[in-house]
Amino acid sequence: MDDFGTKENITWCRGCGNFGIFVALKNAFAKLGWGPDDVLLVYGIGCHGHMVNYLNTFGFEGLHGRGLPVATGAKLANHKLNIIAIVGDGDQLGEGGNHFLHACRRNVDITCIIHDNQVYGLTVGQSSPTSAKGFKSRTAPIGTVEEPVNPISLALAAGAPFVAQGFSGDIKQLTDLFVEAIKHKGFSLVNVFQPCVTFNYLNTYQWFYDRVYKVEDTGHNPSDKLAAFQKALELETKLPTGIIYNAERPLFEDSLPQIAKDPLVNQPIDDINIEKLFTEFR
Amino acid sequence: MNDTFSNNKFLTGFTWKIGGEAGYGIMSSGLIFAKTCLRSGYFVVDANEYPSLIRGGHNTYIVRASTEKIFSIVKSVDVLVALNKNAVVYDQDELSSDSHIILNTDKVSEDEVKSLTKSKVYPIPLISLTKESGGKDVMANTVALGATVALLNGDFEVLSAVIAEVFGANKKEVVDINVAVAKAGFDYTKEHFQVKTNYSLQKQEGKEELLFLSGNDGICLGAVRAGCKFFAAYPMTPINSIINYFAKKGPEIGVVYKQPEDEISAINMAIGASFAGVRAMTATSGGGFSLMTEGYGMAGITETPLVIIEGQRPGPATGLPTWGGQADLKFVLHAAQDEFLRIVLAPGDPEESFWLTAEAFNLAEKYQTTVLVLTDKHLGESRYWSPMINASDYKIERGALLSETDQQKEYQRYEITNSGISPRAIPGRKGFTFRANSDEHSELGFSEESAENRAAQMEKRMKKLELCQKEIPDPKVYGDKNAKIILVGWGSSKGPILEAQKMLAERKIATKFLHLTYMNPLPEKFLEKFFGTVKKEKVLMVEQNYTAQCAALIREKIGYEIKDKFLKYDGRPFYPEEIVEKVRDL
Repeated sequence: MDDFGTKENITWCRGCGNFGIFVALKNAFAKLGWGPDDVLLVYGIGCHGHMVNYLNTFGFEGLHGRGLPVATGAKLANHKLNIIAIVGDGDQLGEGGNHFLHACRRNVDITCIIHDNQVYGLTVGQSSPTSAKGFKSRTAPIGTVEEPVNPISLALAAGAPFVAQGFSGDIKQLTDLFVEAIKHKGFSLVNVFQPCVTFNYLNTYQWFYDRVYKVEDTGHNPSDKLAAFQKALELETKLPTGIIYNAERPLFEDSLPQIAKDPLVNQPIDDINIEKLFTEFR
Repeated sequence: MNDTFSNNKFLTGFTWKIGGEAGYGIMSSGLIFAKTCLRSGYFVVDANEYPSLIRGGHNTYIVRASTEKIFSIVKSVDVLVALNKNAVVYDQDELSSDSHIILNTDKVSEDEVKSLTKSKVYPIPLISLTKESGGKDVMANTVALGATVALLNGDFEVLSAVIAEVFGANKKEVVDINVAVAKAGFDYTKEHFQVKTNYSLQKQEGKEELLFLSGNDGICLGAVRAGCKFFAAYPMTPINSIINYFAKKGPEIGVVYKQPEDEISAINMAIGASFAGVRAMTATSGGGFSLMTEGYGMAGITETPLVIIEGQRPGPATGLPTWGGQADLKFVLHAAQDEFLRIVLAPGDPEESFWLTAEAFNLAEKYQTTVLVLTDKHLGESRYWSPMINASDYKIERGALLSETDQQKEYQRYEITNSGISPRAIPGRKGFTFRANSDEHSELGFSEESAENRAAQMEKRMKKLELCQKEIPDPKVYGDKNAKIILVGWGSSKGPILEAQKMLAERKIATKFLHLTYMNPLPEKFLEKFFGTVKKEKVLMVEQNYTAQCAALIREKIGYEIKDKFLKYDGRPFYPEEIVEKVRDL
């Protein structure tokens, strides 16, 4: 057992894409030189959320779809803390869609990793917001009718300054993407394609292997937002992976003089004198 | 209105009301007049009424002032400033038998008030006077303030000083023009009318200094004193003034206000901040709290301290957005699935809003759970005179929060303890990795579904209820302890009930008043004893909802049934006169 391991029994299905993400995450922490007490992971609810039991760091497993607000509140309370939101496609793009949109435009320095398996696993096989059109599931017996949500184009449109996409079948690339996303100052998104070997008959490992390619191999310039949009829209036949967009934007935290010197959590509260504040109420 | 109240001898001081179109400065002129009364040495309470519109609706502002201590507005109006015809149409029924109307003759013809024989009318061309002094139409209300001060024999210097203070953030010209138009109203009134009233705003010398606070102001100050560092809230009437305060003052006082995308985000952000170690708060009204309920439960099971302000207004759904009520009591006592310790406090006035909000932060950390402060539109947005608050009396209690120097071998966030309270660490401490978990969890915080573990963790969490039950203070009882009439109320009905007690005492009717502020845990032992001694006394429950929720709660908890109830659910606050009537009918 490494420093990041726990004694809990891992219950993900054999071959689940979550394993690839789990390993890449631990690799990234090692590359960053982090120990277990250097990071807070905030989890949503779904198969991905079980990671709270397998990964020994500071953890908060919250509600379905609500990981980003918890992460945001924690970051504003202690902006010296490294914070990563571990979320799912149904979790973040369905239930938590509104929070996703606003986290992108808000630009608090947190990393959001979407476990995108295009299906609801924990509730045993319903269509998710990223299920392909025509994908048959328990909630769509004749095939999913709606257009799938495109997480990375959505993030770009909403103003996220760092947008990447990876695949749980390529742990080496995924590790690097996590490291870059974490190092990026501001909101960073890594959308990770992952097969659900039990409930997603369509988006299998082979299906992904046949489609994924690395954008850096095509000379993609991640500082070009229009080019990033073009890559993001290639979701039909080719699946771009790598850093799609990487830019600097002012951090939300930097707009707060209250925390310019010290994180809120380090500010003493024992003897707050409010006498001056009464003046306007006299 | 019953004849009893057409005679004002039981009402001390006077009530002034200004009515006009929304968007014409009714709120700021009301505040200026209230502060003018306060500065003149009077006890003052105020209230405002407005529809959920920005312009065009009928807005009113009521100020009651007295040389004696007063606790509530009353229904009858002694001085009405009618800026337009609607003020005469809507507000004439409230005029007392000895009333005065300052009539804006630029908008309302004197014919409109001919039938109001009980009132003395002062026709004043408010808009013309404004223009003559170089002001704009919307300053007609300021002219009316000058006229009022002349009518009540007040000190114009006090009024002009308050105008300077309220408009002080603006350019000097803005202050000057407002003082000038107020003076025009003052002079016109002195010149054109033989003023003779039984009401007076004569300056009282040597009075103690008072605060003038709304319930929301009390909440803001209490939260700051308690060391609240993070506040996330989505705009909603009637808690917007709390948001405005923290948004504006935050940088200066070291509190971060974050506007979230919705109430769900608000409560989850506050939980995240609290988990990370700071005192955190959210605020909303019933509709927003409906969205927060899942987060409410999450704070419960993850044992994250959280303070929530819930400003009630009539519902369900959008209901009456800018009016008041007390119909969310049962909702907040039960919101979110399953069971956990939901501490619920209900302050009765701004001073209690200060202390109970500050206490809420201590309770939240001590019991590692939710503390909800239940207020409402009327308490939240009305201002009351208040004695000076000695904020240094407040002591921070952070409960079982582990300090930097505490050492633990294998730290267990949800350790089973005798009290049910587990030592709480915050993320970032070296060597203390732990997890909070909204899944049922083991002592270490790992998801754990065994029956034994579930029972043990439930018992641990619910033990906190037993402990808290033992530690809450007794409620206050006001009035004559031997009285044969007992009034029972909670939260914001305190003011009108205290005022009704005064009126009843003048009629030689003695009452005692039990006021509840701890709604959960309810002070059951005290209530058992209190109601246990009731024999022939008449007990009247006074609350602002249809089903007598607090009476039902008392019956549920201690088995005592209060049969007589005065319930109101029209969105308007209790008026003391109405309570007096109910008591007389008992």
